[in-house]
Amino acid sequence: MKPPPFHYHDPETVAEAVALLGCLENPKLLAGGQSLMPMLNMRYVLPDHVIDLNRVKALSYLRESGGALEIGAMTRQRDIEFSDLVRNRCPLMHEAILQVGHRQTRNRGTLGGSLCQLDPAAELVTVAAALDATVTLTGPKGRRELSFAGFPAGYMTPALEPDEMLTGARFPLWAKGHGHAFVEFSRRHGDFAVVSAAALLEVGASGKITRASVTIGGATPAPIRAREAERALVGNAASSTLFRDACESCGKIEAVGDVHAPASYRRHLAGVLARRALEKAHARIEGRK
Amino acid sequence: METRKIGVTVNGQRREAEVETRFTLADFLRQQLGLTGTHLGCEHGVCGACTVLLDGYSVRSCLMLAVQANEHEITTVEGIAPSKTELHLLQEAFRDNHGLQCGFCTPGILTTLIEFLRENPDPTEAEVRIAISGNLCRCTGYQGIVAAALDAAKRMQGEKRG
Repeated sequence: MKPPPFHYHDPETVAEAVALLGCLENPKLLAGGQSLMPMLNMRYVLPDHVIDLNRVKALSYLRESGGALEIGAMTRQRDIEFSDLVRNRCPLMHEAILQVGHRQTRNRGTLGGSLCQLDPAAELVTVAAALDATVTLTGPKGRRELSFAGFPAGYMTPALEPDEMLTGARFPLWAKGHGHAFVEFSRRHGDFAVVSAAALLEVGASGKITRASVTIGGATPAPIRAREAERALVGNAASSTLFRDACESCGKIEAVGDVHAPASYRRHLAGVLARRALEKAHARIEGRK
Repeated sequence: METRKIGVTVNGQRREAEVETRFTLADFLRQQLGLTGTHLGCEHGVCGACTVLLDGYSVRSCLMLAVQANEHEITTVEGIAPSKTELHLLQEAFRDNHGLQCGFCTPGILTTLIEFLRENPDPTEAEVRIAISGNLCRCTGYQGIVAAALDAAKRMQGEKRG
């Protein structure tokens, strides 16, 4: 056996899980296990208690409500991948999830696990930033909502109190027929992206862009919205020249370097991938003249 | 050491055992049940060799605790052939297309493809390559594996029609 010794708990409700989280020393929540289990096997983490959420059935749901997609923390990535609702109403998430790990990891991996692991190169984290998601955090005092922009407290560190857990997320939907694209560069299919880019576009009757979202994942300690690029797009007629000019700012971000790629290469990729995402998103707008 | 009693259906057979709560499903299958067909390569979810079916869906057994399999159904490579003397059509296709050399990755690839071909009985070559992208093979260069998977799809459809 590889994991260190720990006490195992498998609550059936969120209330029980939160109560355990509040009273146990050095606990760790286990969702799909596709990140925590490797860390346990390699003994990077040494929890005294593992609280397994896999029996909390109430955290597994996927529905449309009030113009948003609501997904429970323990919803498997596989259920997102094969959801017609996601494919039709949130195609950006569908395109992104096909690039999350592999079939075997998506069968276990969950939305909540991915968001709390908060790897800056994780596709679902980048999608949450792109769609201005809201996360629901539940603790002993009840639930609170937090804009995803405020969720990363630092590199791979969610803004959760020690006795709080993420129980769901809400992804506002864009108008039907909007343009979307999720593109990434990785060394092998299913790997974490070296850099990824997500783009969403809406175009008015005049052909001018009315709404734009551009997000860069994997280049900075948490995915960032390219606000300068978004401002440069809105109000202008879509064209390759506009996309190229708008993405110039993406190529100047404060990227991080590591063993996979130096900062200069990540900056380069950010500009190129943002432009490609916008071109692809624009081509996919329905009813485009 | 903390232990728990679990009941699991493995390859159609009900098994009850006392397991350490920190035991991975892979180590439980290999060490406690003696089902050493499930191979362990990296033990951190990269190589895919330990893939088994959990209620019919492919999962990495090194990334699950044995206690989590309580009251679930597991299928390992030992459980995919119809009998002790016959191979599954997928296994026959692997033999005929040189889909394996050393055989280390084969159990994980077979279990992955059983799920994949059930959901996508007539796949393209590109789809097969994506389906097995989470399984590392250092011998074949994947050519024989992809050919075997496509051949197996044909054989399995033929069996359904026949």
